[in-house]
Formats: sequence, C-alpha cells, structure tokens
Amino acid sequence: MNREPRGWMIFSALVALFLSVLPLPHWLAIVRPAFLVLAVLYFSITAPRAGGIGLGFFAGLAIDVFQGSVLGQHALALSLVTYIVVREHQIIRSKPALQQSLIVFFALLAYEFVSFAIDGWTGHPITNPLRWVHTLTGALIWPLVIALLERGHSPR
Amino acid sequence: MAFGVSANRSLASRGPSPGFRFALYAILSVTLMFLDQRGEWLRDVRYVLQAAAYPIQLAVSSPSAAWRWMSESMQTRDALRAENERLRARQRQLEIRTLRYDALARENAELRGLRDALPPVADKWLVAEVVNAQPNSLRQSVLLNRGTRNGVFKSQAVLDDFGLVGQTTHVGPWSAEVILITDTEHELPVQIERTGLRTIAVGTGTGLALPYLPANADVKPGDLLITSGLGGVFPQGYPVARVTAVQRDAVQPLAQVRAQPLARLDRMREVMLVWFRDDHPAAPGSTSGADLKAGNPNVQPQAAPPKPKPSAPADSEKAAGTPGGVPAKPAAAPAAGGRAQNPSGASGSEPGRAPASGGTTSETSGASAPGNTASRPNGSAPADNARKPTTGSGPTGATPGSGPTPAAPSGEPAIPNTSQSGPESSGAAGASATTTRGAQR
Repeated sequence: MNREPRGWMIFSALVALFLSVLPLPHWLAIVRPAFLVLAVLYFSITAPRAGGIGLGFFAGLAIDVFQGSVLGQHALALSLVTYIVVREHQIIRSKPALQQSLIVFFALLAYEFVSFAIDGWTGHPITNPLRWVHTLTGALIWPLVIALLERGHSPR
Repeated sequence: MAFGVSANRSLASRGPSPGFRFALYAILSVTLMFLDQRGEWLRDVRYVLQAAAYPIQLAVSSPSAAWRWMSESMQTRDALRAENERLRARQRQLEIRTLRYDALARENAELRGLRDALPPVADKWLVAEVVNAQPNSLRQSVLLNRGTRNGVFKSQAVLDDFGLVGQTTHVGPWSAEVILITDTEHELPVQIERTGLRTIAVGTGTGLALPYLPANADVKPGDLLITSGLGGVFPQGYPVARVTAVQRDAVQPLAQVRAQPLARLDRMREVMLVWFRDDHPAAPGSTSGADLKAGNPNVQPQAAPPKPKPSAPADSEKAAGTPGGVPAKPAAAPAAGGRAQNPSGASGSEPGRAPASGGTTSETSGASAPGNTASRPNGSAPADNARKPTTGSGPTGATPGSGPTPAAPSGEPAIPNTSQSGPESSGAAGASATTTRGAQR
C-alpha cells in the first residue's frame, strides 16, 4: 500500500491537464469543469503531503502556459486554494460527499475569483459571467472525481 | 510501532509548514506575474514553456486532426473531381481578374506621379494550420503550427482568404498563439472604405463594434471596413469586416455600429502569416505603438532648415498670387489649419507688416500676435516641400526682422506619409495658424 501515491497523482494530473485543454465546441468548453483544479483539490484532501501546495503551484503554472494568461496567475490562485484545503484537509475528508461538493464549490469560487481579480489588475478583464459556470459543474462532478481517483490508490 | 515510525518520519520529512510554503509559492507567483507584465524579461522562459506545451497541444488536438485526415482520405473520386473542377473555375476567375490588375497598378502609379508601380506590400507569406481553436474558452484565440523556426514574430498580421484574422501574441519555436480580431481585448484601427473615415474596431466576442463613431457619422450597413494602416501592426487597405447594423439613438452622442468579420474565424483551418515590406508606404510601422512610421529616408521630405535663407516663396504662395515673395497669403498652412481658411479676416492687411511685428514676438509658436504670421509660412513650407524640396523653405527670410521667429515652426518637421498629401503638423502650430490668419489676410 503506497501511502503517498505520487505516481498516480502525476498520472491523473496529466490526464486532467489533457482534458482541460482538449478542444471542444464552444458551449461544451464553457461548462467544462476545471479538471486539473479538481484533481489537485482531490490530492490536497486525500494525500496532502504527496503534492500539496507545490502541486497546486505547478498545475496552475501549466494552466497559465496553456491558456496564454499572465504567468503566475493561475499558479497563485491554485496555490492559495491548495493551501486552504491542505490546512483543513482533516475536516474536509471527514465530510460526506455532498458536503464536500459544497466545499469544493467554494474552493472553485475562490480560485476563480483570484484569477478574475488578477485578470482585472493586469488589464485583461473578462467580465463575461460565463467564466463562473465551471465552478458549478465542477462541484457537481466532484463525487465522480472521488470515485474515479480513489481507484488508483487507497486513501486512509 | 510501524505507525509511530511513520508518523515520526512524516513529521520529520514535513519540512517547512504549509503556511511557509504557501508564502514562498505566492511570492514566486507574484514575481512571475510582475516580470511577465513588465517588459520582455520572461520572454525566454515563456518561449521554452510554449515549446514544452506544444507536444501536448498537438496530442490533444490529434483526434480531430486524425478524423479530418480520415474523412479526407476516404473521399470518393467523384467528390475529388468535383472539387478539382470547382478550384479550376475559381482559378480562371482569379486570373481574369488579375489581367486588369497590372494595367490598373501601372495607371495608378502614373496618376500618383511615381515612376514605377509600387511592389505589393505583402513581401511573403506562409500558410499555417490551426492546431487548436480557443485554448481558453473565454478568449478568442487560436494556436498555429508555425513558430520562430519559421520566422514568425510577435504581433504579426494573420489573414485568411477573406480578410483579417488577428495577430500573434505568444510565439514559441514551433507554435504561435493568435488573438483574433473579435476578442474583447483586441482593438483595430480601421477605415470605412466608402468614406475614408477612420475609427477603431473593438472585438465583442462574436463580432466587431465601432464604439467611437459619432451619431452623425456617415456609416451604413453594408459598408466595408479596411485596415487604416495606423497602429503599427496591419498594413493599410486589407479588408476586415462588413457593417451589419447601425443604431442611432436620439439621446446617445455615439452611434452603435456592429460589424461582422469577413474572415471565417469560427471554421478556418488554414490561415496565412504575412510579412510586409518595411519601406512600403502602406506598410505598418516597424515599432508598434508609433502612429507614424519612420519610413524610408529616401522618401522623407526635407524638414525646414533652422535658419531659412532668403529664397523664393513656397509654390502655394505663388499660386495665391502674391508677388514679391512677401508672406501675405500663407495658403499652405499646416494640415490642421489648411482647410479652415478664414475669409473673414482683414484682407487688406499690409504685407510688410507681418514680418516687422514678427521680429518683436518671441520664438514660441503661440497664438499671441500677428507676428506669428511671419513664422507660419515657414512652418507650412514642409507641406509643399513634401513633393518639391527645391522650392525653397519659406518666405520668412525675406525680411530681416523675422530672425528669431522661424525657429519655432522649424522645430516641428513635418513627417508626411508619401501616400498622403498633408503633413502631420503639431496641433499647436495649426491652431496658431488659424487664429492668426485673420489678421494676416
């Protein structure tokens, strides 16, 4: 039993990255959850020492590179969210899936808000309300994310 | 026991606390953002990251590319033959259109007084494939499969067969990201082809808008928008969009104009990256941000010399019919004042008066005294010298009293574009010209 599933973590993070940058029709791209963020959140909750804030930072950096945003924007947002989740991972882990979904929803909101604020500060504001849609879909598929990612390792 | 060891080890291997780590990464992120925003310090890093990301982007878009390849190779013979036929017809059509083109270009050159027709502004172009449309669903951008290895540079113009597509933003070794003209952050200097009116087209996410046109502007649905050549990225005269809707509200000072891009931004698969001749009059400025291009020094007119010698007046003054080279009628005022000639001025003003008072005024080009009239013809001289540098720099030197005055306008050398007739003189000089003209005439 591997307690710190680094291999699995990196593999699923890469798959999530693929899913995040997969070209999709416009409306599907709007509702597409931030898979990479969800994966990072999952590993921050179940294996906070395997990845932790470093994972959040590098995943965010990857998002920055692929989306062409200011380098460090999503890195900062995801580091912040990961930090909060890692700190509270004991509490979050003990909750049922539905409540976890709610917490994930707020985490995604915080992530998107930081990114939104940085967008504004750097002079590239996107005021389109559609940018918030993925927080909802992300929270909705959270139980699925848990079910999928649990298969690769056995969390305590 | 094992549990205890593991717990101990985990505590020991924990290293710095999460808060410390977060602070570290946060500082790193902020530094990255700062460097990325400020100047080009992170360009190399970005370049490397773009290169690293490209294989993944290729892999991600490979299913659709494979599907396209499959469907293309499965095409029947009949379909291919039909397409061949269609393309041949198209080519014939284009060739017939080109037949007249050469003759027209030569005729145009003759009319413009040029010895030879100018070469096309597009020097060379490169076909690029769209690898990945819209990496970010909220921004209008595409990824192309050409990069610096192919000579692509930042802020390069991208066209397709129908019109303007956008410009490159991030360029990697093998890939380049293109921001489309419909992106909400993209602004594009355009010109209405029918009237020549210049304005700025802003992306709306789905189309274009012209938000800065006054309500009484001459624009109507169906008007073609072309690039105006300002802004330093796109050359002059490329088709951009067609106006689809014009809304004039009685209470709004600005008209609300919508336009639809001619380029097929949503389903293009191949686009063209274009290189332009820098010394071409229609070329965009080499430095982005500059309104006026530096241009070819050979086609630059002579700026007014600091101390003009007594010489013949500018040709326009001869045309005005004033003999003796006295600056009685400075018809060739700088561009701002040139049109706004003021006929209500004191037309009987004695010609000799102006230079005399010119000696008393200071060298500033302020609108304070009629003395400035002495300097103004000099300031206007570059306008006429744009095409006739030998005509002399101005009549002011004809009077000894105007010594200090000509210095002011001569400090503002006009930079006429060879494709335009008027110089872009500074607003101050133009304003002083209009205000003082009345006294002059």
